[in-house]
Amino acid sequence: MSELHTLIVDDSSVMRKIVERALRQAGLDSLVVHEAGSGVEGLEVLGTTQVQLILSDINMPSMDGLEFLRQLRAKNLAPGVPVVMITTESSEEHVKQAILAGAQGYIRKPFTADQVKERVLPLLNAA
Amino acid sequence: MERDMTLSLRESMHVVSDPQNLDASVVEVFQTMLGVNCRRESAPPVKEPESVTAVVGFGGLLSGACVFTSGSGAAMKIAGHMTGMAFDEIDDTVKDGIGEICNMLAGAWKGKVPELAANCGLSVPAVITGSDYHLHVQAPEFQLLHAYSFEDTSFSVTIVCDGLQ
Repeated sequence: MSELHTLIVDDSSVMRKIVERALRQAGLDSLVVHEAGSGVEGLEVLGTTQVQLILSDINMPSMDGLEFLRQLRAKNLAPGVPVVMITTESSEEHVKQAILAGAQGYIRKPFTADQVKERVLPLLNAA
Repeated sequence: MERDMTLSLRESMHVVSDPQNLDASVVEVFQTMLGVNCRRESAPPVKEPESVTAVVGFGGLLSGACVFTSGSGAAMKIAGHMTGMAFDEIDDTVKDGIGEICNMLAGAWKGKVPELAANCGLSVPAVITGSDYHLHVQAPEFQLLHAYSFEDTSFSVTIVCDGLQ
């Protein structure tokens, strides 16, 4: 089974671990996780590492997740790689902003492993 | 448009300040992320020598804060449930976990009122640790201070609103 390189971007190390655990519980046994504590760090990782999936928080200091996503798309980093935003922001407007910025999926915190599975697996199957 | 929205929010004060929204948010976050059932307590938690407090600010249509406070033992237990790890001191991971709990409580609470969900942002969490400190809030529009418990652990959550734009 080929490895699934996944970038998780969140300023909380605890949340990065929770997201990783949810992905493994979703059945992604071949997961190789790359972590970034900020949008800036996330862009640096993508400059040197090929990934097949990106999950990012929105509310982060310095560079929020939407700006990270816009810069990722503008610099053509990780073309065609699905991006899922994971965030406490729940309004339709925030979802719309994320989709306009280039996200393919949106998960609201708090979340269950099943919700992560429902959002992520279809994107991986389509990619 | 903005003035209409403000009047609408003031007219919806009873909805915004509904205590059940806070209770539902706590139940949701703790059940989903920790797998534990919380119950509301009438008495405040017993004050412990060391405590952990996380604060997430609200800005926009409503300004204020969500404040989570617990003793150090409760904080370590909560972080343990989140991470699957065991803690014997308040380290950076525990503080991070408590900050995230407060973040999710703030987001869940404001999500209960559609106008707030769309027009009120959250700050990144700030976490304070120590002993014998008190939180003072000046002239709030409203304040909800609730105590909760699960297993043998107790904590409090406060929603403070100090302004409506």
